[in-house]
Amino acid sequence: MSELQSSRVVPETATVEIEDSIIEVENLNLHYGDAQALYDIRMQIPKRQVMAFIGPSGCGKSTLLRCLNRLNDLIESVRISGTVKVGGDDIYASDYDVIELRQRIGMVFQKSNPFPKSIYENVAYGLRITGESRRPVLDEAVERSLKAAALWEEVKDRLKDNSLGLSGGQQQRLCIARALAVEPEVILMDEPCSALDPIATGRVEETIASLKEHYTIVIVTHNLQQASRVSTHTAFFYLGRLVEVDGTERMFTNPRLKQTEDYVTGRFG
Amino acid sequence: MNRFFRSGEPFIWLTGSALALCLFMISGLVGVILYHGLGAFWPKDMVEYRTTDGRKVMGRVVGREEIPAGLSSSDGGYRIQLKTGNRDTYGLDFRWMNESDIAGRTKPEDAVVLERLEWGDFYGFVGGLYNDGVEEAIEGPLWEILNEHLRGMRLLTARIHGLEKDDLGEVNNAIEQLRLQKRRLELDVAPREEIEAVDRQYEKYWDQYEQLAAELMRLREESERIEVAVRLSSGEERRIKVAHIVRAYRPNQLNTIEKVLVYLSKAWEFFAGEPRESNTEGGVFPAIFGTVMMVMLMTVAVVPFGVLAALYLREYAKQGLLVQSIRIAVNNLAGVPSIVFGMFGLGFFVYGVGGGIDRLFYAEALPAPTFGTGGILWASLTLALLTVPVVVVATEEALASVPREIRDGSLALGSTKLQMIWRVVLPSALPGILTGVILATARGAGEVAPLMITGVVKLAPDLPVDSFWPFLHLERKFMHLGFHIYDVGFQSPNVEAARPMVYTTALLLLGIVLALNLTAIVVRNYLRKRYASSAF
Repeated sequence: MSELQSSRVVPETATVEIEDSIIEVENLNLHYGDAQALYDIRMQIPKRQVMAFIGPSGCGKSTLLRCLNRLNDLIESVRISGTVKVGGDDIYASDYDVIELRQRIGMVFQKSNPFPKSIYENVAYGLRITGESRRPVLDEAVERSLKAAALWEEVKDRLKDNSLGLSGGQQQRLCIARALAVEPEVILMDEPCSALDPIATGRVEETIASLKEHYTIVIVTHNLQQASRVSTHTAFFYLGRLVEVDGTERMFTNPRLKQTEDYVTGRFG
Repeated sequence: MNRFFRSGEPFIWLTGSALALCLFMISGLVGVILYHGLGAFWPKDMVEYRTTDGRKVMGRVVGREEIPAGLSSSDGGYRIQLKTGNRDTYGLDFRWMNESDIAGRTKPEDAVVLERLEWGDFYGFVGGLYNDGVEEAIEGPLWEILNEHLRGMRLLTARIHGLEKDDLGEVNNAIEQLRLQKRRLELDVAPREEIEAVDRQYEKYWDQYEQLAAELMRLREESERIEVAVRLSSGEERRIKVAHIVRAYRPNQLNTIEKVLVYLSKAWEFFAGEPRESNTEGGVFPAIFGTVMMVMLMTVAVVPFGVLAALYLREYAKQGLLVQSIRIAVNNLAGVPSIVFGMFGLGFFVYGVGGGIDRLFYAEALPAPTFGTGGILWASLTLALLTVPVVVVATEEALASVPREIRDGSLALGSTKLQMIWRVVLPSALPGILTGVILATARGAGEVAPLMITGVVKLAPDLPVDSFWPFLHLERKFMHLGFHIYDVGFQSPNVEAARPMVYTTALLLLGIVLALNLTAIVVRNYLRKRYASSAF
């Protein structure tokens, strides 16, 4: 415990430069009312790679994830300072179009949240809200997205059924398909497997693996094995601070900071 | 003992008996109404009693009770209540007979019931037929011939009715329109020629009116020519115009199937007919129509306002002290006595808004008010005001129960807040909103007090929908089943005779409220299946 407290006084950070990055976070601070949740985050997220955010509960990893598509805007007490650039543009600039941002950055949530509509309409939703109503375009997008999310074979005969009749794992893959349908550049995943059984988790992880060729994925996870299985880069957060970022292999075998090593080897957290 | 209490048994018994008591009271209410309401049309047998002093009294047994102490010279015993009909002769429809005064009873085969347009039922015997005051020679059974005449007369009265309602109504309507047009021209100080042109048209319609009136008079006279001679059980003889007979049957000769047919015919008349005899006889169709139309208008008015208000309160307003106090105020509005809403409706809608509309658009009809008097529109709006808190509260609850995750899911896909509300939140909340609409409908359908001062009348000459332009007459006064019950049961000159009517009307009102609610429930269940998400 004394070790932890000392780390709080003199926070060490070890980061690596990432060459081809799509998102750059600069000096990001976030307050919930009076409580500060993120301290001075500075990081880059590599393009067409899978980056995992790990760390104990309440370390701010989900909060940071929701900063990337400005979903924290909806909470009235949140104050944010610093910049987040996506493809070079500051998304917190006053004239930035948040609707367009969210079409570029999709999100999959911890708890699967299909809309109470048919499977087809769930996937088509993102296109419909942009005004797309041509049937062939929608059909094509639904099929492509469901195939990409490895759900097509299971649901192709019942696209008109209510999505709530699907199993938990299928619902989560449906949410992935829904995010893919609008062809985003980045997909944010907030503990996508935490409510799933191991088999469903395996299916979702396979899906993630197949997606990384085309998409940038940022995944928050509590499951260190999952992080090591699916990600190429890993960022470790602790108490609202970014502690270490590196390639996943290096992070799990030879981290630069002792605190990271303690966490990944299971000595605390 | 201690173990008994810890087992929770007493509490189960307590809650169970509370439910049982509720069910008992409700089923008692429905049972009483069903018993009296369904039995009202049954053609009971006619019984003729001979009294100990040699008189004859014929009627139908309505009730039997112990003679109240101190009422009669004979102590103890029972008395029966007879419906003797023939109000024009006896002055009353009902009389009590002590059983001790009865010497004998028979069921005369040829006793007839003649339901009449006026003076209630006639109970007695048929003697012969008169045409223009001259007795007709009867060939064959009298009853058959009488029925033949009745059928013929029914055609004739239908023609008279059509002439009155359609042809004469059309001319009347045209004359009224011309009168208003002339008045409008006069108000606008139009040139003389225009006013004279209207006058000429006026003349033309007036001629038409006189022709029709003469035709009507002729038909009426023709219809009143044939009379039937009847004899009362007490011996008096009199004649009844066949045209005034609505229905004739011999209850003691009917078998069960024929009785059922009479029952159905009376039930149909009640359901689809117009009221007669200050509402104590005939049908309640205008009241059914008024009730249903008023509830529908109210629903159309209340749902959009209630839902929009709740959407703002829950989705857009910054939650704080102000919103909280508005919420409390809306909740309290649901508890304001309905007559207060009625007063507001009268003051604001009828005199304020309606008076303003009259001055602006119907100046030619003044001083007779058009919208500036009670009408179905104002009654519906008043009830909408009364039920809007129910819709607001239910909608807010439904919106609050839409999970945060699916809202986030929609926003994260790049939807605007409006798209999120319209495409995800509202469909998910729809079953809950409809529950609110059901409650509001039920409350509105059962409300009478505010209607009495905003547009309900005892007898409305016309329905709010008819064949004259603009077909929907929202300014018209209307009839309502709830008010009908009050009026017939407690304001009518002949309360005893009206009692079956009260029960059947109450039964009908219950049925209509039930039907309206069931419709809404079916719609809700259908939508719940389509948008099954959260449990309501």
